[in-house]
This record gives sequence, structure tokens and C-alpha cells, in this order.
Amino acid sequence: MSLADEFRPGTFVQALHFIAGNVGFLAGKTLEQLELSGASIAIALALALPLGVVLGHLHRGSAFAIGASIVGRALPSLVLIGVFLTVLGIGFLNNMVALAVLAIGPILTNAYVAINGVDRDLVEAARAMGMSDRQVLARIELPLGAPLLLTGVRIAAVTVVATATIAAVDGGGGLGDVIVNQASYRLQGVLGASLCVMALSAAVWLALLALQALATPRGLRAATLLELSDYGKERL
Amino acid sequence: MTAAGPVIPNFGGASSCVLRNGLFCLGWVRQHWSDTLAPALVQHLELTVIAVGLGFAIALAGGLAAHRYRRAEQPFSVVSALLYTIPSLALFQLLVPFTGISLTTIEIALVAYTLVILFPTIVVALRSAPPEVLEAARGMGLTPRQILVRIELPLAVPAIVGGLRIAVVSTISTGTIAAFLMPEGLGHPIIFALSEPHPFKTEIYAAGALAIGLALVCDATLVVARALLAPWSRRGA
Repeated sequence: MSLADEFRPGTFVQALHFIAGNVGFLAGKTLEQLELSGASIAIALALALPLGVVLGHLHRGSAFAIGASIVGRALPSLVLIGVFLTVLGIGFLNNMVALAVLAIGPILTNAYVAINGVDRDLVEAARAMGMSDRQVLARIELPLGAPLLLTGVRIAAVTVVATATIAAVDGGGGLGDVIVNQASYRLQGVLGASLCVMALSAAVWLALLALQALATPRGLRAATLLELSDYGKERL
Repeated sequence: MTAAGPVIPNFGGASSCVLRNGLFCLGWVRQHWSDTLAPALVQHLELTVIAVGLGFAIALAGGLAAHRYRRAEQPFSVVSALLYTIPSLALFQLLVPFTGISLTTIEIALVAYTLVILFPTIVVALRSAPPEVLEAARGMGLTPRQILVRIELPLAVPAIVGGLRIAVVSTISTGTIAAFLMPEGLGHPIIFALSEPHPFKTEIYAAGALAIGLALVCDATLVVARALLAPWSRRGA
């Protein structure tokens, strides 16, 4: 293949035509992808969030809580999906479990680091004012830890929505169905679906960023929103 | 002699374990180590080394520039935050109209993802030198260049290696997705097995274990490298 054959930016125009001509179809695929992602994130939140918060509150288990995201990063998503396929069979369930495993790492680690890192002096002061353990958690630690905790949720959510595309290889549905099937949809279909996936995960990222802004106590707002990049906040 | 029943073709060589798709067929791994698994492992290592090497060179140059001219940082961090949200499968495909289905396409995407990790790490690391140390250096008459080379860069080494660890491990992970574009790396045996009506377990497990093993070995190598380069940083970074 010569370079002239390969360089075809015009394909993007065809891709936009593909999107315009298949709005309903692509919207259905997007919905499938959101269903799968939502279910996985819900499971990961239910498991990892309380655990991270409790460990952070007790200041215990840092090796476990921080190790979770290190181990999670070393597990390639494709390998997880492949392995769960052999255990749980083709379909929704195996993809949901594989994606939930991916999401647990960042949620657990950030919840732990967020609650554990709340200024000890403030916690002492709250106790001195007569707050119970539960009140300290609900009124001091959770509000102050919220920005960092939600950063973990945002990282996990974007990772899951992005990875759900790959779930198409074993019956996960979603926009990945189009992306991995160039034989049926040609390059413009593949590109169109890729653009949709890109827009979808950017939308999820922005929506959660907005949620984070709302959940951040007023005194902390200016400080946290200046930092857009997520990577400085993850710890190794 | 029984004549009834379907005739199952025997292509020779397939053990009973492979025929009933057993949990893990060691024989298959031995038989296909040199024609499937080993080449995929080598390709994967090449993909990773090139991507992280190029990404590190670019991020270091950019990081030094941003360290010197602070204004260069903000646009870069916005771009990298947006880039981070693009799913790898989509990014590989979106590059096809420009660079075709090629190793170049794969490497551009992988390098881009390493930049998202390495650039902010390097900028933060260069800035982390304690102010009193910088003050003392200036007092001793060091020029800005000497301060950079003798103080800021050496002190940044542990954090930079920390960033490289994340970059290497996530590149190995993303590298498996590259196999959707072309048969390259450890993702290929996995995708090949998954595309069969009855996915062959041994192939998925063997290639998956190699990918995870490669990540762990590369990570351990960098930990050792950090201990050699910055012996003072033994406790975390």
C-alpha cells in the first residue's frame, strides 16, 4: 500500500455522513454501551466505595487499598474480558464482571486516600466538639474527601466506558460492535462509531467533572478545579 | 468396526486436551511457544519499548520547556486530559486515514497515551526540589543550568521513574488492544481465540499470563533501576 493510498482524511467526511444516516442505530448502540458500563460501575461502587471509606476512616489497610489500583493497572482489559469469558460464558455477565474488576482499583484507592488524608487536626477538633464517629465521617471526612474520592469515580467511569468498546469481541454489544466489524460497516462506519465513542467518554468525563464541582465544599472549590489532569492525583 | 457417527477430521497433533478445550493444555503451549507465543511476546516488548522510549524523550523535552516557560503547561494539560478520555480502540481507528493500518499508527497512539502520564509527572517532579535547597544552590553561585542539572534533575529521578512505571504498565495493557488493528503483540492470540465459536482457553490464559508477567517484569526492572539511579529513594517515591 503506497502512502497516497493511506492518507485519506476525506474518510472523516464519509464518517460524518455515516453518523448522520444512522442516528437511531448508533443511539441504540450507545445506550447498550451505557447499560453495560452503568451496571459495572454500580457493582464496583457498591463493593469498593464503602470499603475504601471505612479503611480510610480507620487509617488501616493502606497497602491493600493502594495496591488494588497498582494490581488493577497491570491487568490488561482484554485479558480480563478473555478470562471471564472462559469462566462465565459469552454475553452481558462476563463483560460486566470484567469491567467491574477494572473499576474497583481507582475507586478503592482514591476513596481510601481521600478519607485517610483529611487533616487530622480537623478530625480532632470535631471529636473535641463532641461529634460521634459517624458524625465525623458524615460531616467532616466525607465532604472534605469528596473531590478526591470523586476523581477516583471519574477515572473508573471513563475507563469502563472506554473499555466497554472492547467488550464487543465477546457479545458485549455497544459501539464496539461497529468498530470491530469493518467488513460490514467499512472504514467510514468504523470511524463514525469511533467518533461517537470518543464523544461518549468525553461526555461522561465532563458530566462527572460537573458533579465533582457541585459536591466540592465551597471553601475547596478554587483549589481543586484548577487541576484538570487526573494523573497527578493517583499515587503509586 | 463401527461405521456410524460423524467423521471428525483429525488434523494431526491435537491432543485430547486441545480437542475438549481443557482448562490449560501445557502440551499446546510447548508446541506453539516458538511459532505463536514467543514472537507475540517479543513484538509486544518492542511495541512497549519504542512507545515508552519515544514518549519519555518527548515528555522530557516538553517538561523541561514547561519548567522554563510556565505558560507552556496549561494548554498541554488540557489536551492530555481530553486525550486520556479517548478509548484506545477508537484512537487506533481514528489514525487510520492518516497513517494507514501500520505500526506507525499503533505507535503514535501508544506514545500519545504515555505523554498523558509522563508529561505532568516530569513537570511536577522538576518542581519538587525544596526551596531552601534551591536557595542554598543560588547562594553557592550555581547558574540556573547548573541548578537544573545538578539539583533539580537528580532530585526528580525517583518521581520520574514512578511515572515511567505507570507508563510502561499501561502501555503493555493498551498494547493488547493494538491487535484489533493488525496481528501484532500478545493481544493477537487472545483476539484470535475469542473470535472462535468455542474460544480456546489455553491460548487466552497463556497470552494473558505473558502480558501480565511482562508488565510485572518491566515494573520490577524499573524499581531496580530507581534503586541504582537514586539510592536515597529506597522508601517510596
